[in-house]
Amino acid sequence: MKGIIGRKLGMTTIYKDGKAFGVTVIKAGPCVVSQKKLEKNDEYNAIQIAFEELTEQRAKKILKKPLLKKYESAGIKPHRIIKEIRTEDVDKYNVGDVLKVDIFSEGEKVDVVGTSKGRGFSGAMKRWNFGGGEASHGAKFHRELGSIGNSSQPSKIWKGKKMPGQYGNKRKTVQNLQVLKVDAEKNIIAVYGGVPGARGSLLLVRSQKKLRK
Amino acid sequence: MDQYIRAIESEFAREDLPEVRPGYTVRVHVKIKEGKRERLQAYEGIVIRVKGSGVGKTFTVRRIGSAGIGVERIFPYACPHVEKIQILRKAKVRRAKLYYLRDVKGKIKLKEKKDKNRG
Repeated sequence: MKGIIGRKLGMTTIYKDGKAFGVTVIKAGPCVVSQKKLEKNDEYNAIQIAFEELTEQRAKKILKKPLLKKYESAGIKPHRIIKEIRTEDVDKYNVGDVLKVDIFSEGEKVDVVGTSKGRGFSGAMKRWNFGGGEASHGAKFHRELGSIGNSSQPSKIWKGKKMPGQYGNKRKTVQNLQVLKVDAEKNIIAVYGGVPGARGSLLLVRSQKKLRK
Repeated sequence: MDQYIRAIESEFAREDLPEVRPGYTVRVHVKIKEGKRERLQAYEGIVIRVKGSGVGKTFTVRRIGSAGIGVERIFPYACPHVEKIQILRKAKVRRAKLYYLRDVKGKIKLKEKKDKNRG
């Protein structure tokens, strides 16, 4: 498992072998390995990577002291964001190593983790694609969700019933996106398909977890 | 932020193609694959719409096909299948989208546009 932190830039079209692909462009890395986690100390194996270097002045302002000390003891410059990537081959990395987008190659499949766009408290039609009712012809049933269960048997509403509620602003993973373009010089990676979140939102790009047949 | 996307799009920019505007009569040569063979097919008509920008720019060409049925075809400007665009006629038009041509019965007449820079 390898991964890198980035920000979503937006979408565009690229042509490859005469075919058009809708791609999401992500500005990812460079990331610095800030800590190695080993099973004997931390109960699991992972590397911790830091993204978006801060100037010292800025770091003092927005980071708390424990975090500043952590960077200091690791011997790297303070960064805005820290994320962990579970990996079994921790030995391949050293604290202070710089990861760039060229850890991925074109044609590879990746998973992209991000936070979906927040839609607030949404009704069942938007949130669960319920049908709703007619808008006119004397209808009194418009955007409601209808029946939510039986009567005296079972005298309750089943857990997980699709109802209105908070929609979006939630961690989402899109699996098996193909990498179509890697530019290590500009720290740019383009994947085939959409990814969660608005432009400028934080993303974690990592190698695919499940192989697709 | 946008600069990186524009940089990617500029790779697919087609500088070999002429500028297409509404009202132009054009002949578009499109690559068509038949089995393993590739050939060129020409499609001629009036540009009634230019839409979008950058790599997503498209234009719509309308012509009257056989049996008098109108045919509209949308071409992506950056599409590698578009081999060549010939401009046959430039017309002076007063709107950006010439949808009214769909309702014109009989022959479509458009005023010729005089190039200002013509020596």
